[in-house]
Amino acid sequence: MLARLRTVLTGRVAVIGVPYLWLLLFFLLPFLIVARISVSDMENVSFKDLISFKDGVLLVSLKFSGYQFIASDSLYISAYLRSVQYAAATTLLCLFIGYPFAYFMARARHSAQPALLMLVMLPFWTSFLLRVYAWKGLLSEGGWVETAIVGLGLDRLLYAVELIEAPGRLMHTPFSLVLGMTYTYLPFMILPLYATLAKMDLRLLEAASDLGATAWVAFWKITVPLSKAGIIAGSMLVFIPCVGEFVIPELLGGPRTLMIGRVMWDEFFSNNDWPMASSVAVVMVLLIIVPLAIFNKYQAEAQEVRK
Amino acid sequence: MSSNSVGTVAPAAFLQIQDVVKDFGGHLAVNHVSLDIAKGEIFALLGSSGCGKSTLLRMLAGFEIPTSGRIVLDGQDLAGLAPYQRPMNMMFQSYALFPHLTVWDNIAFGLRREGQSNDAVSQRVEAMLKLVQLAKYAMRKPHQLSGGQQQRVALARSLAKQPQMLLLDEPLGALDKKLREETQIELVNIIEQVGVTCVMVTHDQEEAMTMASRIAVMSEGSFLQVGAPADIYETPATRFVADFIGNVNLMDGTLAVDRPDHVIIDCADCKHYVGHGITGIEGMAVSVALRPEKITLTRAAPVDPGFNAVQGTIKEMSYFGSFTVYHLTLASGAPLKVSQANTERHVDGALSWGDRAWAHWSPSAHVVLTA
Repeated sequence: MLARLRTVLTGRVAVIGVPYLWLLLFFLLPFLIVARISVSDMENVSFKDLISFKDGVLLVSLKFSGYQFIASDSLYISAYLRSVQYAAATTLLCLFIGYPFAYFMARARHSAQPALLMLVMLPFWTSFLLRVYAWKGLLSEGGWVETAIVGLGLDRLLYAVELIEAPGRLMHTPFSLVLGMTYTYLPFMILPLYATLAKMDLRLLEAASDLGATAWVAFWKITVPLSKAGIIAGSMLVFIPCVGEFVIPELLGGPRTLMIGRVMWDEFFSNNDWPMASSVAVVMVLLIIVPLAIFNKYQAEAQEVRK
Repeated sequence: MSSNSVGTVAPAAFLQIQDVVKDFGGHLAVNHVSLDIAKGEIFALLGSSGCGKSTLLRMLAGFEIPTSGRIVLDGQDLAGLAPYQRPMNMMFQSYALFPHLTVWDNIAFGLRREGQSNDAVSQRVEAMLKLVQLAKYAMRKPHQLSGGQQQRVALARSLAKQPQMLLLDEPLGALDKKLREETQIELVNIIEQVGVTCVMVTHDQEEAMTMASRIAVMSEGSFLQVGAPADIYETPATRFVADFIGNVNLMDGTLAVDRPDHVIIDCADCKHYVGHGITGIEGMAVSVALRPEKITLTRAAPVDPGFNAVQGTIKEMSYFGSFTVYHLTLASGAPLKVSQANTERHVDGALSWGDRAWAHWSPSAHVVLTA
């Protein structure tokens, strides 16, 4: 009996332990190293020890100048703010485009759903880099999308809301950046939304209709609240990577769209200031952990409801 | 079959189903069905799954559109009215309570759609909670309630808007047997207290018989028989109805003697003397339906073993406490079920496995079926 319990326990420990070990080794440990570097002093090409014991004196030296610098220099703060702003705009756009998309997929004929899912995932078959590069061609002067937008006079509208710097110039603007990020991250919004919407009990909509709700009211009062878990999951899956996005701003962004990923890159590879770069990274992780914690809280609540 | 009877002024039918057909791509789920339901009735559509009863109910609610025919409620044709415009509410199978809303908000959902004031809504919700005795649970979510409580929330929600008609889809199907029996009576009490006309769908004949004032037995999209529970049980119109409702022994035979006051039917194992006339001709093939509880089982032969009596061997006995069902095998090999009430605690020389016994019954016990 006891032996059996022990084997069950070891089995359980192994199953739960492996992902924990993975997170420990490949997330927490590297993060702690980064955190350590962020408070270290450089000594030529190596880092000084944080704690040293010399002549009976225990020295703890933590260098917070990186964080101080981030707090005092508006470049960092505005880059953070801009990253959050663009990530939020991308998330909203993905939600508005992705929700109807997921909704009609979930309500399509059952036989058609696997094919529709395939179509959503099809872009992943091509390199992400190539797809972002393709937008460069589409948005540059003479590109199809550029021709269409300018031809329809939509560039004036974009200029009026300050998404592009001058009419007719679409590339290297907030517009091209958000367009590229929305395009890239849309599937990450659609898939969790589809999963929650497909699971929904459609009789609830009949019940709502029976009780006097029009289709529109039933959508807002029943469908949307019940897909909350999917909305949150999708938004997190888009928002979190978008904040730290580096490649898309590099390719499609411009001087006005300096995001924190680029700042970090510069600190690491142009300035070679690792402690500074690490400080930037730590702040960014903290910036992302807050929404993630909120997400987890909702996820737990949603599970509570489902029980 | 209709509620009209000679000599009395029939109450105008409250709900009229007129020659309704539902065609699902060549399959007639509901096949030319007509029915009148009076105000205040509790009417049950009874049938096995796939017989079209749910489709008919969904057409009443407006979730399905009849292929042809009319549904008229209180003089108003319901064609073209969306579910949310119909003055009827439905209690769904396994309830379809909104999982993200509290009991209170579930009940208030329909009232809020009518644009009532907050005061009016909360008054009505309070009254409903009191009616189903769930006032204490108002702030719970559905998943925090037991099955029986969920059922009562569903009932309160469907009654909150004071519908002219209440539709129940397998109202007790999700409850276990003991709870189902208690709830049947409670549900009927509440429905009668509110005074709402009610159409329910069920596959459970006991549920239909206990709750409904009239029953329609459905099969393959058509009504086989419509009537009060006792009519359907005691005078089934067809073999199917006799077999579907309750336990029955069906014996095939021929009409040997046909008199205005009695008939005699020859079957393989016995002769039936039936104490009333039937419409038929001598020599025609008929069936006799005999309920197990209308048969008496004794060791000794009855006074006149020539008619309404048969000897058999007891092969099986099923003891149910208040009664025992004996499974007899007759001379021809045909089975006969006999149900005997256990009125004494101990009987000396009680019948048992392998015993030969006489089964006999009165001239009014059987029903002659020509269809």
